[in-house]
Amino acid sequence: MEEKNTVNTQHQAAIDELEKNQVILTPGQLVMRRFFRNKLAVIGVCILVFMILFCFIGPLFYPYSETELFYINEETGEQIRMYETEKLKTAILYTRAPMSAEHWLGTDDMGYDVLARLMYGGQISLMVGFVVVIVEMLIGVTLGGVAGYYGGKIDMIIMRLVEIFVSIPFIPLMLIISSLLISMKISPSVKIYYTMFIMGVIYWAGVARMIRGNILSLREMEYMQAAEAAGIRTSRKIFRHLVPNVMPLIIVMATMDLGGVILMESTMSYLGIGVSAPFASWGNMVSAVTNDAIMRNFLNIWVPPGLCILLTVLAFNFVGDGLRDAFDPRMKR
Amino acid sequence: MKANDTVLDVIDLRAKDTVLDVIDLKKYYPIKSGVVQRVVGHVKAVDGVSFSIKRGQTFGLVGESGCGKTTIGRTILRLTEPTGGKAIIKGRDVFALSKRELRKMRPEMQIIFQDPYSSLDPRMPVGEIIGEAVKEHNIVPRAEYRDYILKVMHDCELRPYYIDRYPHEFSGGQRQCICIARALALNPDIIVADEPVSALDVSIQAQIINMMRDLQEKRQITYLFISHDLSVVEYISDVVGVMYLGNLVEKAPKTELFKNPQHPYTRALLSAVPVPNPDVKMNRVILQGDIPSPANPPKGCKFHTRCPHCMDICREQAPEYKDYGGEHFVACHLMDQK
Amino acid sequence: MQEKELTTKQRLRSIKKFNARKYRELKRLRRRRSVPVSEYTTQMADPNNLLEIDDLHTYFYTDIGTVKAIDGVTFQIPRGKTVGVVGESGCGKSVTSLSIMRILQEPQGQIASGAIRYNQLAQNRAIDLVKTPLKEMQKIRGGEISMIFQEPMTTLNPVFTIGKQLDEAIALHSKKMPKKEVAARSVEMLKLVGIANSEGVYKMYPHELSGGMRQRVVIAMALACNPNLIIADEPTTALDVTVQAQILDLLRSLKEKINASIMLITHDLGVVAEMADLVVVMYAGRIVEQGTVQDIFHRPMHPYTIGLMKSRPNFVESGDRLYSIPGNVPSPIDLPNYCFFRNRCSQCIAACDGAYPPLMAVSDTHKVACYLCENAQGKDGE
Repeated sequence: MEEKNTVNTQHQAAIDELEKNQVILTPGQLVMRRFFRNKLAVIGVCILVFMILFCFIGPLFYPYSETELFYINEETGEQIRMYETEKLKTAILYTRAPMSAEHWLGTDDMGYDVLARLMYGGQISLMVGFVVVIVEMLIGVTLGGVAGYYGGKIDMIIMRLVEIFVSIPFIPLMLIISSLLISMKISPSVKIYYTMFIMGVIYWAGVARMIRGNILSLREMEYMQAAEAAGIRTSRKIFRHLVPNVMPLIIVMATMDLGGVILMESTMSYLGIGVSAPFASWGNMVSAVTNDAIMRNFLNIWVPPGLCILLTVLAFNFVGDGLRDAFDPRMKR
Repeated sequence: MKANDTVLDVIDLRAKDTVLDVIDLKKYYPIKSGVVQRVVGHVKAVDGVSFSIKRGQTFGLVGESGCGKTTIGRTILRLTEPTGGKAIIKGRDVFALSKRELRKMRPEMQIIFQDPYSSLDPRMPVGEIIGEAVKEHNIVPRAEYRDYILKVMHDCELRPYYIDRYPHEFSGGQRQCICIARALALNPDIIVADEPVSALDVSIQAQIINMMRDLQEKRQITYLFISHDLSVVEYISDVVGVMYLGNLVEKAPKTELFKNPQHPYTRALLSAVPVPNPDVKMNRVILQGDIPSPANPPKGCKFHTRCPHCMDICREQAPEYKDYGGEHFVACHLMDQK
Repeated sequence: MQEKELTTKQRLRSIKKFNARKYRELKRLRRRRSVPVSEYTTQMADPNNLLEIDDLHTYFYTDIGTVKAIDGVTFQIPRGKTVGVVGESGCGKSVTSLSIMRILQEPQGQIASGAIRYNQLAQNRAIDLVKTPLKEMQKIRGGEISMIFQEPMTTLNPVFTIGKQLDEAIALHSKKMPKKEVAARSVEMLKLVGIANSEGVYKMYPHELSGGMRQRVVIAMALACNPNLIIADEPTTALDVTVQAQILDLLRSLKEKINASIMLITHDLGVVAEMADLVVVMYAGRIVEQGTVQDIFHRPMHPYTIGLMKSRPNFVESGDRLYSIPGNVPSPIDLPNYCFFRNRCSQCIAACDGAYPPLMAVSDTHKVACYLCENAQGKDGE
């Protein structure tokens, strides 16, 4: 019997040696691994990286600005830029120019360069997305977390508030606010920030609802009870146990919402209540299709921004989906 | 009247080495209904339970699902607030403490849960899971912290290099070891073990049970061992209490209870356990029906609806829970007839 | 590090390719319109058997490799007997039952090879369930072979009444029966499983019943079509002890009434000892020991079976330590080519380093897969 026991301890030692050398993966590393194994998600990341480079680095290498108008001498066909003042006298606006070496994507109905506006418009669209999501997450996570963690009366009040916010008809409200802002003579560049802020304030309700549900279920997890039984401080319970475990949900929701917000911003700009001229956004660029002639003959004006919206929103959704699967592999299939 | 009697009994019996004294513990959950959530009744999950555990002993609490045994465990630790009664640990009533005092007293009473998967935070390495509360309560000086954790891990048969790993790398049995280590690291006087082996495979169960017994011997820990598995309870406990619908129906030292069960429910419970011997055909007491809903328990003796020896008095009057000699407590009218 | 990463990547890719091929093969197999009867009729090895499982291999083709859930399992279910299949979680006992019913999660789970010969008594022929087309299988499932699952709540559909679900089960396999007769039979079935208020329960919804009652209803459904074989997968694990006693008592009394074979899958040795005539002990996808109940409980031979028994408190004196089997069940991917139990065994001998031990007969009924028993032939019972 003695001898056999040593055989066993030898086995155990061998197993120990093997296990010791095993690579330790933190949950975060595991998530990254699973994420990068997902092809669609990686494609999404590539698209997003490309879009960000295109919108924020691209303008540095492109000679034209977003608000620069282009002119042409009708007789000679010579193209004239805005600062060549003496030549401007005989020139007319160079609108609906075809794609050429000077204007890669041509110019639009007003005489702006489409590619330049695509870049600056992208900046605005992405910025709106990020700012709105940050605002809505800040409000939503705080209120949702408070409601879920403390429960009782506070929960009741916050949840009723959420219900009120989700029943506000968004587009009519934005129409009213937009005309209000116009009547107050607020300049278009400031108006963008108002719009972002209002969207964030309205969108928090959905986030709060999800976070509250998640916190409620986490609070019932036995490790939270064990922390309570061990007399862990409330602040530590929240920041060391709750927050890291809600984080996946927050990240996934934020990514998915980014796509949604960009889409919403486009819709609003299309309707003329979001970003307005002279500033570009993908949404108000697409709105050129309302002109029948442009829709038929000048695809170079409205297809690129449309494609950009589609690709970006799609990419955010791919990444969001990929993140969700990576955080919770059981959700798959 | 009845409640006062039991209180006196327990206090009489209380010796110096009693670690936990539970006196007339009650936990009611309100049943709410309607738009305004008016309270229309109560689920009496625990309805006046008293027992005490001596240092270094194991009190086994058995009963079927819904009998309130888990609620007792959680209420004693004040993970849920009690409705009434007292739980005295080291001379102090846990239910009377303020939040602050309670937090200070937490290390003295710990809990092990049934499900080893949901009881470990997936985003914390093992070392921190075990050591979190040690740091919180300054149980050891900072300098000795790591050695202390390693020592606790060693006691719980965990390898030292597990310290930086995350729960997802461990099997159910190892996770339960981590849970025990977490409880043990605080040097508790009493550990409430709420079905600690029910979710594990048979061969792993044995490992956990052996470990719990070894630790008890080494550190004089007191266990409140809650389980529905009678054979495990018989193996590990010194005193066993049988619960039915929120009440203790019988309580006695282990050998006495298993050799000489008095309450008809205890008898049925014991005979219901399958015997792993194909040649023994047991004369089984098979109970009819199911446990009644605790929201609407039967009048009189709560067991009378299923009792094979039900008498008229059982339907009218609840039997008294008292000592019939040799610390053998029973709540049954049959006892008075003998 | 870089190199290692590459190899795991390559390995994963090759697994993926392999799995895709397996899925395609299965798809092709399923697409066949008509399978001639001769292809799946066989001959029983022993006409007294109801079911013969012969060298069954069931694999799961997962993303991280092939899981050999069942790796060469052979046992028989004689007519009118109860066979208990025991083992810990992940040992392949449930997969065996799913393979018999052919309800594996396809295309990941597939029967790789082997035969399940089923004695179709009514038609006086034997068929191989592995090769039987799914259409034919559907007639057998729930009719001739029925199943009782662990969790009665999820087995019953919460939106239909008990009566409706029972009626459906009966009508499905005897289509010409008039509605009234079907209903009458449903009530009769409920009475058979010991539900006193059978007419009342007939009209109730599953949530109105307690766990024990639900399990009775599930058993009634399983019995509704006079099955030849009942597969009970942990039928009492979710129930309380006193209710478990009721259900086991019911199953025992029913066995005499209906003359069916039962395959009882459980991890509880006590339940097996009470219910079964024959016992199969499984470990990591293989049978380690099989025999009659007396063989297994009075003369256990395999160290795993012995360890399993000694680890239960009701087998040992209360003062003694429980025996705990050291280590863990090996990972089901890339199982070693020696005895799977070697690393956890306290009685290893030199021969254990060799190939996986075959099942060796120690007596007429008792077989063990362990080199320790190689020379024990005929010694059984001494």
